[in-house]
This record gives sequence, structure tokens and C-alpha cells, in this order.
Amino acid sequence: MNKISRRKLITAGLAGAAGAAGLAVAANLAKRYGLIPPDAGVLYGPGETLTYAAQRLLSRHSLAREFARSEISKDPFANEVDPLGVEFNRLQDGAFVDWRLAVDGMVARPASFSLAELKSLPHSTQITFIACEEGWSYIAEWKGVPLAHVLNLVGALPQARYIVYRSIQPDWWDSIDMADALHPQTLLTLGMNGSELPVPFGGPLRLRVPRQLGYKNVKYITSLTATDSLKRFGKGLGSSAPEGGYAWYAGI
Amino acid sequence: MPEIFHQRHPAIVRVTHWLITLSFLALLLTGVEILISHPRFYWGEIGNVNTRPLFTLPIPSSRDTVPTGYGYVLPDQNGWSRYLHFEAAWVAVLTGLLYVAFGFSKGHFRRNLLPAPSDLSPTMLANDIARHLRFGPPSDDEAWSYNVLQRLTYLLVIFVLFPLVIWTGLALSPAIEGTFPALVTILGGRQSARTIHFFVTIFLVLFLLIHVVMVYLAGFRKRVGAMIVGRLPKAVERL
Repeated sequence: MNKISRRKLITAGLAGAAGAAGLAVAANLAKRYGLIPPDAGVLYGPGETLTYAAQRLLSRHSLAREFARSEISKDPFANEVDPLGVEFNRLQDGAFVDWRLAVDGMVARPASFSLAELKSLPHSTQITFIACEEGWSYIAEWKGVPLAHVLNLVGALPQARYIVYRSIQPDWWDSIDMADALHPQTLLTLGMNGSELPVPFGGPLRLRVPRQLGYKNVKYITSLTATDSLKRFGKGLGSSAPEGGYAWYAGI
Repeated sequence: MPEIFHQRHPAIVRVTHWLITLSFLALLLTGVEILISHPRFYWGEIGNVNTRPLFTLPIPSSRDTVPTGYGYVLPDQNGWSRYLHFEAAWVAVLTGLLYVAFGFSKGHFRRNLLPAPSDLSPTMLANDIARHLRFGPPSDDEAWSYNVLQRLTYLLVIFVLFPLVIWTGLALSPAIEGTFPALVTILGGRQSARTIHFFVTIFLVLFLLIHVVMVYLAGFRKRVGAMIVGRLPKAVERL
């Protein structure tokens, strides 16, 4: 009896130690390979971390599904937008000629682009769906400059791990990791369904991240910051979404 | 001292049973919260308030953009609901995998869930269904072994409903769908996947209700006790 419990004890102890060591190694590896989301410390962090890590391992380079022109939604739903404010109205009155996209942070050549300058850059179009976390969705043709191209122009430094992006709407900002930032379908979007991007849909400039839900596709983008850490931004959770109770990663 | 209890459910079945119960209740509650932000269902790839729904649930919504006919909007609970939905989904999936691995490797499915061919004859099935419809008390040996309807129902839940609800849930992930587009296209599109996810949930809730009623009819204390401590009192004689 005694012998068995001692053997059991030693086995359990060894298994426990191996488990703890395994977890520590896994946590270290996960951190090194960027598998820990910035909101991992919140109440539901463990589930969030599993989801983000699993999807980064499985789908780092996968492409969002593209559709036929005939599948474009005839009557897309823009969702409500809060009043856009005096500054937006002034820019809109001037046909957005004064709209600027500032790019700074961990880049070799910080820059500021007008919409005309963005329009002169190489474009790409995609017919993809946008899905709201509420459950609804629509398909549109989106046209814009791949974010990767702009990051290349300003010389994003290799140590940059996230791109923070901000809306002209106060307190509305978000961030994505480099897997999404450098993804060929991530677009600084200027056009939709063959015309300029309408204001209700985020015009003049919206970031399309088609592998994530609608709320990561922030409207009215005014600035981008490349960074190696999200700690200094807001409450350090990666975007304004977790501060309002929503997950930072919305690839679900 | 003589044994006064007999072993009924192995530890792994008991632990996974209650973990699945907890995570399912969390998934259900948070699923309802997410659902009320858009209580409309569609078929095909897309659907929103500007398109015709397949059907609409006659309930209020937590978004004022959804026309419901109610003059009020429910509070938005989607943030924590979504976080908890996916966390509970991980618990359910990992627990389910553990249970299925155990079930196959230790003969649990073969011994305890696979019905005997003789039990599947139309007469036997009809008898068993009639007995259930009369709410007749279970026979004594059913304290130790599942009857044929129970076996078939559990197999349906484990091998059809749970895999389907996980599949349709995964199909709603934009990142997963990019990696495995067939998950969505086989179902006819993203909104179809969402609608199927809803209906499978309805079947799982039906199962849960009937399951609890049956446990109650068979003797709530004894049956739940057996699923917690794994044993039945000797009074329930083993045949």
C-alpha cells in the first residue's frame, strides 16, 4: 500500500513538474512567435489566447474568400455612425482635399499622405464580405492601396510588430499584428463598388481587414503608427474595443 | 466493511459530463445574448436589415438598427458574451475530444452506447418508444445500462449534433473560413451556416430538456448522484 502511494506520489510529482515546465516553454514560445494577444490579461484571456494562437498557426497567410461580381450585395447596410464632428464636416465641405493620413512610429521615413497621393499608389481590388459581430453581412467590391505597400514606402522597421490605426472619430482606434498588416488583402480602402467610398461606409478612407470582423475595419482613418508594443496605447489592450468589453482579435 | 456501492460511471465520463454541461450552459446563455443583437436569419452568403430574411424571431433586439416592432432596445451584452462564448467553446471542444478519445480507446462507445442489434428490431423499438410515451418507470437494469432510445439519442448528440454545432460555429470565423473555405461553401454560405448553428442549438436544448425530465422520472437523486460520485447504492440491485 505504502509503496504504491509513494510510487504514485513520485509519478504525479514528475508529471506535474513536466506539465509546469511544458507550459512555461509553451508560454515562452508563444510570446516569441507572437501568439499572445494584447488583451490576454483580461477575464476571458485564456480563451482569447487559444483562439488567436490557433488561428495564427493555422491561417497566418490564408486569403479571405473572394466572390463573383454577380454576388455583390445590391443594397449593402452601412450601419449607424455617430455624428462625425466639426473637423470631419470641414474636411467634407472641402471635398476631402485636406484629408491626411499620417504614418509614424517605427518607420524609417515618417510621412503624411493626401488622398490624391494615396490614389496615385498601386491599387488592388477585391470582392469580399464584411461581417458584423452582430451576425449580418454583405459583399462589396473594395478598392484601395494595400497597407503593406504604404508600410514599405515609409520603411517600417523589422522590429515593428503591430500597426495602430486611428479614426477621426474621437477615442476610436485599433491595431493589427504584422500578419494582418502585411496581408495582401488588407487595404487602405478608397473605393467601393466602382465609385468613391461613400461616407456612411467609411469614406474617404477605411481600413479593410477582411479576415476579421467589421469592427476591426475602422472608418475615417487619419493616422497609422508602427510599434513593437501596444502597452503605451490607451489602456494597453491593443484597441478601444477591449476597453469597451470586446475582443482585440476579431478573426474569431 | 462490505462494499455498499457499485461502480456506475467511470471518472472520465463524470468529469467530462459536467465540464460539457457547464460550457454548454455558458455557450447557450452567451449565444442568446449574441443572437438578440440580430434576431433575423438568412440563407446563402449574405443577409442584413436591407435583405429579406428567411425568418425573424418575434423578440426585441439589443440594436436599434434592427426593426423589431418593439418600442425599446435591450442592453448590449455582446462584448463579454462573445469572449465567454469562445472560451466556453474551447472548453467544450477540448473536453469533447478527451471524451471521444476515451470512448473509442476504452470501448465505452462500443459497450455502453452502441445498441445491440436485437434491440434495433422494429418491435423492440416500438415497445421502448411506447413505454417512454407512457412515462413508464425505467426497469431496474436501466440504472446500470442505457436503454436503446437513450443509446441512440446519446450517439446522435455526440456524433451528429455536437460536431455540427462546432462546424457551423467555425464556419462563422472569417479567418478559419479563409483557410478552409469548404467549411462554408458546403453549407451554402455564411448566413446558412449561422442559421444551421441556430437550429442545431434548438435540438441540443430540446435534448437537454428531455434528458433532465428523464433523469427526474428515473430518480433525480440516484441518477445525478451516480454521475457525480460514480456509484449507485446497493439497493439499486445489479442484475
